[in-house]
Amino acid sequence: MEALYAIAVGVLTACGIYLVLRGRTFPVIMGLTLLSHGVNLFLFASGRLALAAPAVIGESADPTDPLPQALVLTAIVISFAMTAFVVVLALRAAVELRNDHVDGVDPEEDWRP
Amino acid sequence: MNHLPVLPILLPLITGALLVTLPRLGLNAQRFISLGATVAGLGLVLWLGSMVLEHGRLVYALGGWAPPFGIVLVPDRLSVLMLVLTATLAVPALIYACRGDDDAGAHFHALFQFQLMGLNGAFLTGDIFNLFVFFEVLLIASYALLLHGGGTARSRAGLHYVIINLIGSALFLLALGMLYGLTGTLNMADLATRISNAPQADQPLLQAASLVLLVVFGVKAALLPLLFWLPRAYTAAAAPVAALFAVMTKVGLYAMIRVFPLVFALDQPLAALTAWQWLWPLALATLALGGIGVLGATSLRNMTAYMVIVSTGTLMAIIALGSTEALAAALFYLVHTTLLTGGFFLFADLIARQRGAAGDYMVVTAAMKDRRTLGILFFFGAVALAGLPPFSGFVSKAWMLQASLAEGAAGIFWPLLLGAGFLMLVALSRAGSKFFWRQSPERDHDMRADRVRLACVIVLVGAGLVLSLAAAPLMDYTRSVAAQLMAPGDYVRAVHEAGLRLTGGH
Repeated sequence: MEALYAIAVGVLTACGIYLVLRGRTFPVIMGLTLLSHGVNLFLFASGRLALAAPAVIGESADPTDPLPQALVLTAIVISFAMTAFVVVLALRAAVELRNDHVDGVDPEEDWRP
Repeated sequence: MNHLPVLPILLPLITGALLVTLPRLGLNAQRFISLGATVAGLGLVLWLGSMVLEHGRLVYALGGWAPPFGIVLVPDRLSVLMLVLTATLAVPALIYACRGDDDAGAHFHALFQFQLMGLNGAFLTGDIFNLFVFFEVLLIASYALLLHGGGTARSRAGLHYVIINLIGSALFLLALGMLYGLTGTLNMADLATRISNAPQADQPLLQAASLVLLVVFGVKAALLPLLFWLPRAYTAAAAPVAALFAVMTKVGLYAMIRVFPLVFALDQPLAALTAWQWLWPLALATLALGGIGVLGATSLRNMTAYMVIVSTGTLMAIIALGSTEALAAALFYLVHTTLLTGGFFLFADLIARQRGAAGDYMVVTAAMKDRRTLGILFFFGAVALAGLPPFSGFVSKAWMLQASLAEGAAGIFWPLLLGAGFLMLVALSRAGSKFFWRQSPERDHDMRADRVRLACVIVLVGAGLVLSLAAAPLMDYTRSVAAQLMAPGDYVRAVHEAGLRLTGGH
């Protein structure tokens, strides 16, 4: 299970980084989303992976660490809100700058202000 | 328990929430509430400062939960220095904004308060995940403040700024996950104890975590490979926002000198840390790049943004030396540079308003109405900023040169620091002569400088003189701050004792 989990985190992060380095805002936002998914999974695993172990003391003889779950919840809330924000920002920039390049200027287009 | 330590966070939070939930409030009422809260906040941090001076360090357990399980606020001398600096910068910036800049978009005052809340929280907290949360609070407020007023330049700068900071936040979480996975705690004092007792097998991962944290704080502080978001963002932001942002890069520096000596260097010298060894070359490169940027800037606002980079480079280089004296000198320089660059962002706006379409670009245009007042002020401000006597820039620079000589690093540091200072002087002289001496023969601009705005700039630029007149007490204080930072064992003991006190009571 650990190997599968680690591969999943690795693939998500690698895809996220690749997309973040793209030139247009939509792939970059997708990249940010994948990156934050990878990070959330990583953070979740910092309490160690355990099967059939609820994060509530008293429910089972061997409860798992509840703190990473609380941390992940905080991180999810923040990254969700920020994704929404950056989508709106990218839309606004696309309307105002008339292109969706992250630098605000499309190098492949003959673009004049 | 005394609840004073949490008030600098609660006051802006409640004020900001009030301003958001009362949308029908007129602009004047908003200004009144916001200004009142900011001035009260200054009083509050001064009061907290007097308590900290008396006790050395306070430990406040939120909700009475004992550390290391609960979150603690640990206001010490460094926190107080940063809190007072932030509040001192925030008051003139807010007054400046109240003269019309806050009208350019919705919710300026609420965002300003949330920004202050994030800054104050980051300076107070003793829990590393809580530090992340306050970083997010101040960043989210700053995203919106940067875009305040709208326009294509701000949208463009905003995209870069938001995206790089979101990646920074993801990396911060990654580092925290590593630290928690290895130690099982997030309280900084507890982390320090566990890391100093960590088995040898964990060392590579701990080192990786510390390097990721260096990248995260480097993004905030604008260290060389991570600084290219800064000039455009600070040039595009509205003047009072840019002035407040002058303290934002210092949050990255604060996080470095808070986290690294305490968490990673409890039982070894700071200079032995891998992350700390990376700091020195990067900082010198930042300093060199900042100097070149200052010389190549096209507008005064842009030039000030590059001066922020010069100050980051200087600060990082001097703290990379790792001695108590160097740290004390760096903290003195930090106060000087934050107030002066903040003042210059406002000053650039003041000049731009008098020059019509030319703005603060370095082009020749018709004479300004208030050229004498502004010219004299610019002269003194430039002298203070470039680090010439008799202003605080000179005091701090001389002290930093001395400290680096004692560490045997003068050979590389002196030419770079003095060279950057020289480039700043050249660039500022060029700007001054374009603005005040060379005028096209057209009719003068007839816009007068707003008196209140002018007063705000005078207060911030005048800080250069005040700091040099009152240099001795401030130098003593920054020495005591540095001494406290270099003795992280006391911090750990104070938090540990607070934990024992709380659990013993039940």
